[in-house]
Amino acid sequence: MTFVSPLIFVGVALLIGWLTSINSDTARKIAVLDQTGDQYESLFKNTDRNQYIVLKGLSKSAAVAASKEADYYGLLLIEGDNGNLEKFSFYSDDSPSPDFISAIEDKINNKASESNLLKNNIDVELLEKLTVKKEIELQNFTGEKTSKLSGWIKIATGGAAGYLLMMFIIIYGNMVMRSVIEEKTNRIIEIIVSSVKPIYLMVGKITGTSLAGITQFLIWVIVGFILMIAATTFFGIDAFSNPANADMMAQTQDMSKMELILNDVAQLPILKLIFCFFIYFIGGYFLYASIYTAIGAAVDNETDTQQFMLPVILPLMLAIYVGFFSVMDNPHGTVAVIFSYIPLTSPIVMLMRIPFGEIAWWEIVLSMALLYISIIGIAILASKIYRIGILMYGKKTNWKELYKWLRY
Amino acid sequence: MSNALEAIQIKKVYGDYTALNDVSISVPKGSVYGLLGPNGAGKTSLIRIINQITMPDSGQIVLNGSPLEPRHIEDIGYMPEERGLYKSMKVGEQCIYLAQLKGLSKSQAKERLNYWFERLGIQGWWNKKLQELSKGMAQKVQFIVTVLHEPSLLIFDEPFSGFDPVNANLIKDEILKLRDEGATIIFSTHRMESVEEMCDHIALINKSNLVLEGKLSDVKQRYRDRNYAVSLICADNDFAFKQIPLDFNPVPIQLSGLDNTLDFKIKIPTNIDIPVAINKLTQIGELTHFSEVIPSVNDIFIQTVQENG
Repeated sequence: MTFVSPLIFVGVALLIGWLTSINSDTARKIAVLDQTGDQYESLFKNTDRNQYIVLKGLSKSAAVAASKEADYYGLLLIEGDNGNLEKFSFYSDDSPSPDFISAIEDKINNKASESNLLKNNIDVELLEKLTVKKEIELQNFTGEKTSKLSGWIKIATGGAAGYLLMMFIIIYGNMVMRSVIEEKTNRIIEIIVSSVKPIYLMVGKITGTSLAGITQFLIWVIVGFILMIAATTFFGIDAFSNPANADMMAQTQDMSKMELILNDVAQLPILKLIFCFFIYFIGGYFLYASIYTAIGAAVDNETDTQQFMLPVILPLMLAIYVGFFSVMDNPHGTVAVIFSYIPLTSPIVMLMRIPFGEIAWWEIVLSMALLYISIIGIAILASKIYRIGILMYGKKTNWKELYKWLRY
Repeated sequence: MSNALEAIQIKKVYGDYTALNDVSISVPKGSVYGLLGPNGAGKTSLIRIINQITMPDSGQIVLNGSPLEPRHIEDIGYMPEERGLYKSMKVGEQCIYLAQLKGLSKSQAKERLNYWFERLGIQGWWNKKLQELSKGMAQKVQFIVTVLHEPSLLIFDEPFSGFDPVNANLIKDEILKLRDEGATIIFSTHRMESVEEMCDHIALINKSNLVLEGKLSDVKQRYRDRNYAVSLICADNDFAFKQIPLDFNPVPIQLSGLDNTLDFKIKIPTNIDIPVAINKLTQIGELTHFSEVIPSVNDIFIQTVQENG
């Protein structure tokens, strides 16, 4: 799986790109019946996606019947009175996408508004010239301009980092827990602990899996990166962006905006983020893996782990939700700040705060220090449970029992 | 004969449960020492303490004359009752890893493994994963792992469970061979017939207390209880059935017989001397068999456990 996962990831991205491209190959046939005197039918030009068939001289019911008979995608009926637009409707057994519908609405409404202006002797060009269409410009106090998408880029980066960290903790935490349970149910544990101290075994196990996690992560990043570049070069498919949106983006954004977005990405504290990711990953992983090993030692099989999973899953979920709601809303708000210091949630919440910038180094250092100090505490407690749990068989363990073990 | 292992006044308490209550045993060098006791008696607790998996609350273990220290793990080989190895790891790699934990170097481990694999006839399994092996095969691997570092003290917890009779015999012979080569064996089991066959010393632990310890022959001597097996050929069975309870009253006797042969066990009361008893029996019929019933370990086990509530 180590090497296959990034391959699958890239494969799926390519597959999606390819499927989208063949999906757009077949054009939909759409009938147009314009009863206003042919004013609007010329608006609808054939594209790769849509092919328009103009119906003439048919009654409404005849057009509906004909479209159904010919198995058209839909029928656009524009009704009017003496050349004036009265209403327009779209008949289809399918449910057309909101984009498609609003495109039709815009075209017809623009054209109708234009002819209304003309009828009332208003100069369309002048009106166009006088209409103000300025967009708000965003910049920080040092004068660096940012795009409106900047917030979203930060949310996406922080969210991805936090989410990735959570996934790694859960995946590798489960791995370490399963290996403890395996050794325990195998009884090989008795042979091993008659040779080494349980605490060494536990720390070694956690260290080993965390290194495996980091290696896996690096492999994903490197292989994924190489494959993405190879794929985009060889197949000419831009796997990163959704083809449906690419068109729209190109239309609505001029080059300066793209530059601003690139600038935003460049302004992200990427190095800081990567550095912190590793520190928080190691710290967060040690913290949670200690708990996972204690759980693994306390039970006889994997099904029994359910009752103890709450203290692991709850803070992780809490961190993700605090990240997505409080941090996104205000990265320097009280809740966001407090949760970025609490060791169980700090790895995720702080990672989500970092892309928003202006997190002082002392804040990060304090949060890391708290994390690493609490690791020692949690690891000591976990090792007490581990030491006793690995030699305890056939007894259903509960919280009270665990508390007793802590006091032995 | 000096002692390979001595446990002196070992006490182990878990919370408010006493697992071992001042248990002392001495295992003579070169002996096969049977550690017996019902489930939950404290055998495993004692074995774990000897293996330094857990520490006693009080008391001391002396191995070959010196108090138990971490370095002694190299002198002890332990095969736990519920055996297991890493299922998805290759046999050879696994054995080397476990041997290294016991202080062997890699090349040493390899050399000895080759020897043992051949000795137990499992050459060719080196690169197999453990999950591909039959249970018996895996047990052999486990046995090798236990003895590979040539410890002076070997502890086997239920060594024969899971083996078919052929392999159980093979392992039994290997254990005895190791004893002849100078190792001391402690083995814990419920299978009394194997104790009878192999052990020269036994200890019985019941409810956290040592209730019996010593040389098997001495223990048996202690538990002799004037029980005798008798065979008589009688002219008149009805007479015999009446007369025997009268003569050996009030001791209960078992009577069973085909035609005019009676086979039975009697307990001869202490006020009747053995020759007198024989005399009485010959008056009832023709005495064809008269022998003392030596208590089996099984009988001793059950009797002692019941006596100790």
